[in-house]
Amino acid sequence: MSEKEANPTFSKSTGLPRKRFYRARAHSNPLSDSHFPVPISPGHVDYSLHYPQHFPSSDQVDSGKKIQFADIGCGFGGLLISLSTLFPETLMIGMELRDKVTEYVKERILALRVTNPGQYQNISVVRTNSMKYIPNYFEKGQLSKMFFLFPDPHFKEKNHRRRVISPFLLDEYAYVLEVGGIIYTITDVEELGDWMKACLENHPMFEALTDEELKADPVTKLLSSATEEGQKVDRNGGQTFRAVYRRVAPSL
Amino acid sequence: MEDAAMENGETNKDSEVAPALIAVHPTQNSVAVAVGSDLRVFDLLGGCAVSLVDDSDGSLHKDSIRAIRYGANGKLFVSAGDDKLVKIWSTESWRCISSLCSEKRVSAVAISNDGSYVCFADKFGVVWVVVVDGFNGDQDFVNKKAAPLLSHYCSIITSLEFSPDGRFFLSADRDSKIRVTVFPKKPLDGAHEIQSFSLGHTEFVSCLAFVCTHECPQGFLVSGSGDSTVRLWDISSGSLLDTCDIREKAGLLESKEIEDRYAAVTDLCTIPDSTLVAVAVQSLQGIILLSCDLSAQTLYVAKVVSIKGDAFIPTSLGTSFSSGLLWMVTGASNLHDSQHPCLSRVKVISGFKESSPDFVQHGPIVLEDDEIPRSEKLLEKLQGRVSFDKNYFLTAAEALKTSMSNLLIKKQYSTEKREFRKRGRNDKKIKK
Repeated sequence: MSEKEANPTFSKSTGLPRKRFYRARAHSNPLSDSHFPVPISPGHVDYSLHYPQHFPSSDQVDSGKKIQFADIGCGFGGLLISLSTLFPETLMIGMELRDKVTEYVKERILALRVTNPGQYQNISVVRTNSMKYIPNYFEKGQLSKMFFLFPDPHFKEKNHRRRVISPFLLDEYAYVLEVGGIIYTITDVEELGDWMKACLENHPMFEALTDEELKADPVTKLLSSATEEGQKVDRNGGQTFRAVYRRVAPSL
Repeated sequence: MEDAAMENGETNKDSEVAPALIAVHPTQNSVAVAVGSDLRVFDLLGGCAVSLVDDSDGSLHKDSIRAIRYGANGKLFVSAGDDKLVKIWSTESWRCISSLCSEKRVSAVAISNDGSYVCFADKFGVVWVVVVDGFNGDQDFVNKKAAPLLSHYCSIITSLEFSPDGRFFLSADRDSKIRVTVFPKKPLDGAHEIQSFSLGHTEFVSCLAFVCTHECPQGFLVSGSGDSTVRLWDISSGSLLDTCDIREKAGLLESKEIEDRYAAVTDLCTIPDSTLVAVAVQSLQGIILLSCDLSAQTLYVAKVVSIKGDAFIPTSLGTSFSSGLLWMVTGASNLHDSQHPCLSRVKVISGFKESSPDFVQHGPIVLEDDEIPRSEKLLEKLQGRVSFDKNYFLTAAEALKTSMSNLLIKKQYSTEKREFRKRGRNDKKIKK
């Protein structure tokens, strides 16, 4: 801790990284060629790097435990941190394209692990373009929950193909989700909310959760309250639009 | 900014260079060669050049053809490329029965095994499907619109293939990924169910092919890549069964320059009724024959067949079910400093029909020009002429190599250059 106290990017009182040193642009082009390392296949993801307490050394990968929750475009990591204590036995990962934001979440998790020994060992973050590399991280049916909270709306029609929920990308999400797995989406942009709902509604491998199911799911509340983006919308008194769907087997 | 603009201008021009392609009719009724916008077909049964009839819009292809293919039943032929046109031909009359417009340039085509669907991929990674029903013999069928089938997220699709049993549809891309999709009953509604991803290549995947035998009719997938390997896959699980590094056999490891040690696999062709795979490599004058042991699920080099004296580096390979001949072509379109814009050279390797166990060692022979079926007449049609300056094809091979890497390999920038490109960003300014 002593060296961290001298480090101005960390708050002295909480030991957490300070957000003002990790400012990044709100948008990132998902179409540009990426130069960060990408695992060749899900078998090449080094779990010991992400979850050192669960995987003490890199050759002990075969403990059978795999990542089950993925927060796509995790931003500053608010949701992951709330989920971590709610599902302490589940491994989860945030995926974020902006390098500085990823760096912030990484530091935040490390700091939380230090201040709360034994906790927050089940969450991690990776910098990647999830629109391109989801199959490199997860096997077929590996995930039980996927989150798409407040994604970039890409208003212009010519940029709609950059949206993270699209009919084609849903095929890939359906591939990595197990049957019964749930996809959560929320936005404060009505147009995008309609779009995401329409994409999911028209996809043969997703069906909407009923209102009762939504109420019974402890995760639903977190969608608007846990993330930084959601809190901002709340502060400004904005509306949110939610679409939560379950992965089903395709009817043939 | 100026140097960036210049750089881009240059790469654009280079990537216009397109390789010559060859395709052989499944029962060797005809052979087709595409060089640039030129599509040349020779009727082997009749022994004469075919003149193509296209009254759909009165014109043939206007830009480099990137993909040509016969359907498995031999009734259809498809050609497509940079002019965004997909032309479907009847192989009986060689009339263009349909000419579809794609939104983007077309990079690959495939025809379903029963000949009822034609699929094509555009350079933004979307695969389109069009129905070819109501086509009996030479009846015209109405021009239909293609429907989107699936998409690789903004990645150039390099190859499309149907599995031999028709259950799966495969698509390979420049992000080193092979997607295996269940081919749906109603393809016009899209193909949503992904069976597996075959991941293991470390560079772009350039070509796909299936090794099938009587004992193993569902076949195994082989893929070639820019990482100088050919890999064997189980497509239902997506698992990698074996990897065959072809650098040693292609003589690449002796090269002094490290960047010369990698050469992309440009084409694969499986020899029907055998477990042999012919491999074309960017810098190899000849082909590598790989043998696939289907019970042990391994892939190994059986023989290198070199082509001596002619500076012949094949750009595309083709074969038919029956003939025991492997057809090869080399050539390129749009070379900058060339008076002959559309030259190609065709060669044939024979001797794949022998059943003796050591035929791989003695069998395959590169035929002389006069031993090729319908020799001079065929060569005149497919090559455009009979004799050549051999340096032409070496230049062509070099240009193709540059063009392929510009198109399919991610550009690497030095750290300084990357920082320089980010200099206008606001988050960079705060730092100072």
